[in-house]
Amino acid sequence: MKCRKCSQKAVINMRQHKLALCNIHFPQWIVEQTQRFIAKYRMFSPDDRLLVAVSGGKDSLSLWDILWQLGYQADGVYIALGIDGGFGYSQKSQELCEKFANQRGLKLIVVDAPQQIGLTIPELAAVTQRGKNKPCSVCGLTKRHILDQIAREGQYDVLATGHNLDDEAAVLFGNTLNWNVGYLYRQSPVLPARHAGLVRKVKPLCRFYEREMAAYALVRGIEYIYEECPHAAGSTTIYYKTLLNQLEADRPGAKLSFYLAFLQAKEKGLFAQPLGDGGEEGIGAGGEELHTCPGCGGPTTVEGLCAFCRMVEKVK
Amino acid sequence: METVKIVLRNQEYEVKAGTTLRDALARLGINRESVLATREGELITDDEILRPGETIRLVAVISGG
Repeated sequence: MKCRKCSQKAVINMRQHKLALCNIHFPQWIVEQTQRFIAKYRMFSPDDRLLVAVSGGKDSLSLWDILWQLGYQADGVYIALGIDGGFGYSQKSQELCEKFANQRGLKLIVVDAPQQIGLTIPELAAVTQRGKNKPCSVCGLTKRHILDQIAREGQYDVLATGHNLDDEAAVLFGNTLNWNVGYLYRQSPVLPARHAGLVRKVKPLCRFYEREMAAYALVRGIEYIYEECPHAAGSTTIYYKTLLNQLEADRPGAKLSFYLAFLQAKEKGLFAQPLGDGGEEGIGAGGEELHTCPGCGGPTTVEGLCAFCRMVEKVK
Repeated sequence: METVKIVLRNQEYEVKAGTTLRDALARLGINRESVLATREGELITDDEILRPGETIRLVAVISGG
């Protein structure tokens, strides 16, 4: 198969776009398309200071690489979670992020969650018994809290994450199966800051397939952690992604149109705004009033400590 | 040697040479949307004809918890 642009040997065939590209034109295309999506969804401008959440995986490191190539002011943040899994998962991920940042002269902020909390994420999950024997719920809560905190303290304008189209389609699929209308209303390439303690969150890779991001990392020579988080095995997200890929194999473009048609339907008002939600600051996506946590300064839907601070308070 | 070795994570498969990667993956029950294929470290598309004696390494692309 030949590259559409130069007739050299193609390294990837994107059937949903009927587009095959070589190892020169494919990464160029990804960078150009990312800039197009940043502009289309009004994610940020060149004057904004960006914080990129990196995990050591293909998506977040590729995102940082793309933003760096586009000339944005983008620092990275890595959260050490203390997950070992028998092969030093967190340690290895951190080393890959540090290597990536050093090679490009970029600033990486490393946050040691176990040092802050006094427990690793798996230990914290076991103590709090939150999340049905899996640390994923505790992990998500901790990561969201720390990312918001670092973005707030560092006075960043935007927090960028490496969510790709497969991530978004899997979430959309799950929320559609359960008709979680509130979550459907909230799902978007851009999440506005709804509280003084939050920054805008953006997903510049939300229209790329996961396969394309893996290919981008390989072609660009980005070293990423190939091993899955030891706690991700059997996750619902992976199950939904597998199902959606079965659909995609038979009907190229099915995942993309599922997501894009959803965004269009949302724009046309298919999903009603939850009562009380005018999209203004101080009001949560569910329409509830947002308070300020006295522990961390972050937002909370109930008066007093936020969910993270309550969790940490309990284990002290 | 008329076979080709296909490696995915810790799993090794043997398939007949001379067929396309696409057909080989279908025969093995591996969804082509869930993997990338490399030959000597270079990405290849799934219309490539598999050569006798070679090893194709697959990269799993699905992640997330």
